[in-house]
Amino acid sequence: MEYFGYKGLLASMLRDVGVEPGDFIRITRGDGFTIEGVLMPRYSGGDEPIIVLKLRNGYNVGVRIRGGETIEKAGRVERGEPGAPVPLVEELEVGDKRVFVLGCGGTVASRVDYETGAVKPYLSPEELALSVPEMFKYTSIDVEQLFAVLSEDMKPWMWHKIVEGVARAISMGYDGVVVTHGTDTMSYTAAALSFAFHRGLPVPIAMTGSQRSSDRPSSDAAFNLVSATLVASKAPFAEVAVVMHGESGDTYALVHRGVRVRKMHSSRRDAFQSVNARPLARVWPREGRIEMLEEKFRVRGSELLQVDNGFDEKVALIKHFPGPISEVIDTLVDRGFHGIVVEGTGFGHVSSDAIDSIRRAVESGIPVVAATQTVFGRVNLNVYSTGRKMLEVGVIPVEDMLAEVAYVKLSWVLARTRDMGEVRSLMLSNLAGEISGRHDVKLYPRWDV
Amino acid sequence: MSETKIDYESLGLKVGLEIHQQLDVGRKLFCKCPAILEEGESVSITRYLRPTRSELGDVDPAALFEWRRGRFYEYQSPIKSSCLVEADEEPPHGVNHDALAVAIAVAMTLNSHVFDEIHVMRKVVIDGSNTSGFQRTALIAVGGWLEVNGRRIPIETICLEEDAARKVGEEGAKVVYRLDRLGIPLIEIATAPVIGSPEEARDVALAIGRFLRLTGRVKRGLGTIRQDLNVSIRGGAKTEIKGVQRLELIPKVVHYEVLRQLNLLKVRDELKRRGLREEDITLDPVELTGLLRESKSRVLRRALDSGGVILGLKLPRMKGLLGFEVAPGKRFGSEIADYVRFWSGAGGLIHSDELPGYGISFEELQAIYKALRASPESDAFIIVADDRGRALKALASAVERVKAAFKGVPEETRAANEDGTTRYMRPRPGAARMYPETDIPPVNVTEDLLREAEKIKPEPLNVKLERLTLKHGLSRELALEALSDPRLDLIEKLIEKHHEKIPASVIASIFIVTLRGLKGKGVDVEAIPDERIEELAEAIARGVVAKEAAETILEEAAKNPEKSVDSIIETLGLKTVTEEEAIKIIDETIKANMEEVKAKGHKAAGLIMGRVMEKLRGKMDGRKVSELVKKRLEHHLHPSPEKR
Ligand SMILES: [Zn+2]
Repeated sequence: MEYFGYKGLLASMLRDVGVEPGDFIRITRGDGFTIEGVLMPRYSGGDEPIIVLKLRNGYNVGVRIRGGETIEKAGRVERGEPGAPVPLVEELEVGDKRVFVLGCGGTVASRVDYETGAVKPYLSPEELALSVPEMFKYTSIDVEQLFAVLSEDMKPWMWHKIVEGVARAISMGYDGVVVTHGTDTMSYTAAALSFAFHRGLPVPIAMTGSQRSSDRPSSDAAFNLVSATLVASKAPFAEVAVVMHGESGDTYALVHRGVRVRKMHSSRRDAFQSVNARPLARVWPREGRIEMLEEKFRVRGSELLQVDNGFDEKVALIKHFPGPISEVIDTLVDRGFHGIVVEGTGFGHVSSDAIDSIRRAVESGIPVVAATQTVFGRVNLNVYSTGRKMLEVGVIPVEDMLAEVAYVKLSWVLARTRDMGEVRSLMLSNLAGEISGRHDVKLYPRWDV
Repeated sequence: MSETKIDYESLGLKVGLEIHQQLDVGRKLFCKCPAILEEGESVSITRYLRPTRSELGDVDPAALFEWRRGRFYEYQSPIKSSCLVEADEEPPHGVNHDALAVAIAVAMTLNSHVFDEIHVMRKVVIDGSNTSGFQRTALIAVGGWLEVNGRRIPIETICLEEDAARKVGEEGAKVVYRLDRLGIPLIEIATAPVIGSPEEARDVALAIGRFLRLTGRVKRGLGTIRQDLNVSIRGGAKTEIKGVQRLELIPKVVHYEVLRQLNLLKVRDELKRRGLREEDITLDPVELTGLLRESKSRVLRRALDSGGVILGLKLPRMKGLLGFEVAPGKRFGSEIADYVRFWSGAGGLIHSDELPGYGISFEELQAIYKALRASPESDAFIIVADDRGRALKALASAVERVKAAFKGVPEETRAANEDGTTRYMRPRPGAARMYPETDIPPVNVTEDLLREAEKIKPEPLNVKLERLTLKHGLSRELALEALSDPRLDLIEKLIEKHHEKIPASVIASIFIVTLRGLKGKGVDVEAIPDERIEELAEAIARGVVAKEAAETILEEAAKNPEKSVDSIIETLGLKTVTEEEAIKIIDETIKANMEEVKAKGHKAAGLIMGRVMEKLRGKMDGRKVSELVKKRLEHHLHPSPEKR
């Protein structure tokens, strides 16, 4: 039996006394020691018979119940009705552009209920205006909360929904779309949007998120949101991009192409980096300035909206490892997967004893794509004999495409064709900037020591 | 202001103390960084902190104000002593186990009730001193007491928290902090507000400091212990005073705060006596820019030259009140000015009770009265010169503060100045702005942890006293002094280590006589590392230097903390001399002063001794020198027969 996170005897004890979180309670120990505080729900700490109280001084503490204590209700704390939130600025200036913000999870525009720990997204432009008024400096804003999903729970069918939402906004004439998203899988969704809109995109789609949740004074959420809004409303390009902190400080953000970006750090604000490509632009949200870093881009307003939506759920992304990789491939084939991307070693190799498994996969009509686990650099299966054998059995080496992007692309391709020849041809064509033929010498970040 | 005796008891003085002491457990509280201050290589990070809204939708007005003002922070992140955790780029790690054990040990010794599960909280701070915008703090125990001067002072709470970043500069809207200090574990001990006199406040602070040092697990030196006070008198208000760095200052701070509250109550009474009501104070600013455009006042000129305006505000029937002294050198007008500075950012505020002055002429003064339709006989006014927005804000804040004077003493958080006075810092935070730190799971206080803490529990003072006197033969007087010395742990260690070679009294004297003497002379003895004192004891034990050399060596060590005692001895030529070398010096001295020796006979010993000691001080024990001088004098005056 569980009672607001309390278990066992403690749960029945609290229930018997008739106290609930929010009640003021008094615990008296056998030796006369008493302590009073607001009963808090128990969300962590396991099965220990410990009651969590919020004392009058604001601290939470845990009091162990050993038997012999008495628990009494000593009142109820009336939580005042939330009044009208105080705006951060006295007057809101609103720019002349129109931007649509599509909420797809993450903690970028949300606040936390400290009693339950639940994250509540900001649902209205009014709420956003109160908490991030700087966004409106450049543009008016409309908001739709598509879903509040944890980053790790994002699925290919949700990409489909996001594409629909973004397409709807664009067709309604917005000057740009901001997609808020959890950061862990943001780059997958960015790639999905890139392929879905590769045929025609008239305005920028700026994805953003936060590495520090927006309930903290030090959150990067507002900075990223303002940067993304600036890109969506004013950028000269019409591309799918990820807009996040460019360095640890709150100075500039970087705009990364949706098919070239990877989260390279688990916690830093500047976790997102362009791989095998330069960032598209640098953005100073405070000054309202956008500096282009790439000369070639799809120009805003030069294309008509053309959507090519739909993703195959049954695609696997696996990594080569020294153990029995062939068993993993066999299992995927046996479980009816439609395609496999392998992050191979170095040039894209898998061990030679897996060649037979790959052959079986390709012969069963399951394309096997080789990317590299080195993250940076290009796949090349011509240099060593294992590579040449992989080519012989039909592996598709996807040049300098990121493994995650190859995975999303394969999912998108397989939703259009299962023909091995067409799959190969689409995978090897550069549709959205995911493949480039040339890496100059400086295109690789290194230690500045 | 007359220094009349104040009967604190009849005023209902109540003082509570919050002592923050850095723990010396090697590492920081929530990461693996060493807990050291460092001037080395660092990376700069620029950040802004946003006011966050509480569950009720309200925003801390002070935080909001700072943000609107465009406050930003530059954090220097030193490579050796800070990491991604301090830079707010990585979640905090679990609580430092050793720090927790020390905190529990302290709580157990103070008879406090230790909680069974420790929850780390986030306490919102607005000044940028924490990169996250909040300080992480955990309540370890409640209750307990400490005996001071025969009285039990109740302890309210014992917390374990992280120290804030070190402020190293300020430039316009930017504040510069260094992250080395951020995250150093602090123990916070708060007493109940039961302390009844300024001296008792000091004694309690002293006792808590001494008690904490007994654990041998706390840091020493300037800035490692900080005292906050809360002071109230009957009819006044609870004032929080932050950051009293020196113990000696505590009685003064309390005394001045009592004066301040008494005088603010007098201001209130006088306002009433004059029949004034809050509604009489209204925000009706009058433009004085044109009127004062030709003024010679530098303050006004500066504002006008940068395109600012001059605004004035009449305060009816308040003549003389702004000039009323509320604490030494602090008038009611300065209370208003401090408040205005914080809330408007306006630099200066001039009030009528300090005019003529600031280069404002008598004629200008009359003109201002006229423009404000104020009477020079009964009314007061304030003027502000700044850009229009700020000036308006300044006058609005001034009205707010004057209105508050009708109620007496406002609840405030104030910062201590070096002279014992205080200045407005911010309004007292209402309900504690405290949220759970969801990144750190609660810590179960297990039997193992309690046993571990039990081992760290400091020995009671009487046990130590007994050991120092009975076992080591220290006089009771010296032993008591040793017990209150900040380096008690080192004294004990050295006494134990060298007990066969050096008397305990010699070791104790190095600290109690020599170091304190040097401190009295203005030498920065805090700068002397423990290591040097250990080396000094070692050198004395080995007979390399005489104990008399201690003062010279330590003085040098304070100047060059990096230099080893051996090399100090070398450079200063303090090596002990052999008996033959000493005799040679004595003989030379006697020969050089032969006339006087012959004239005075044995009475010349004093003179010779003096001259000889100039050369031998610190190189040979004084008594030994005296003995040799006598012998050699005898020899020169009455050469022995066999030599004849
Ligand atoms: Zn660290």
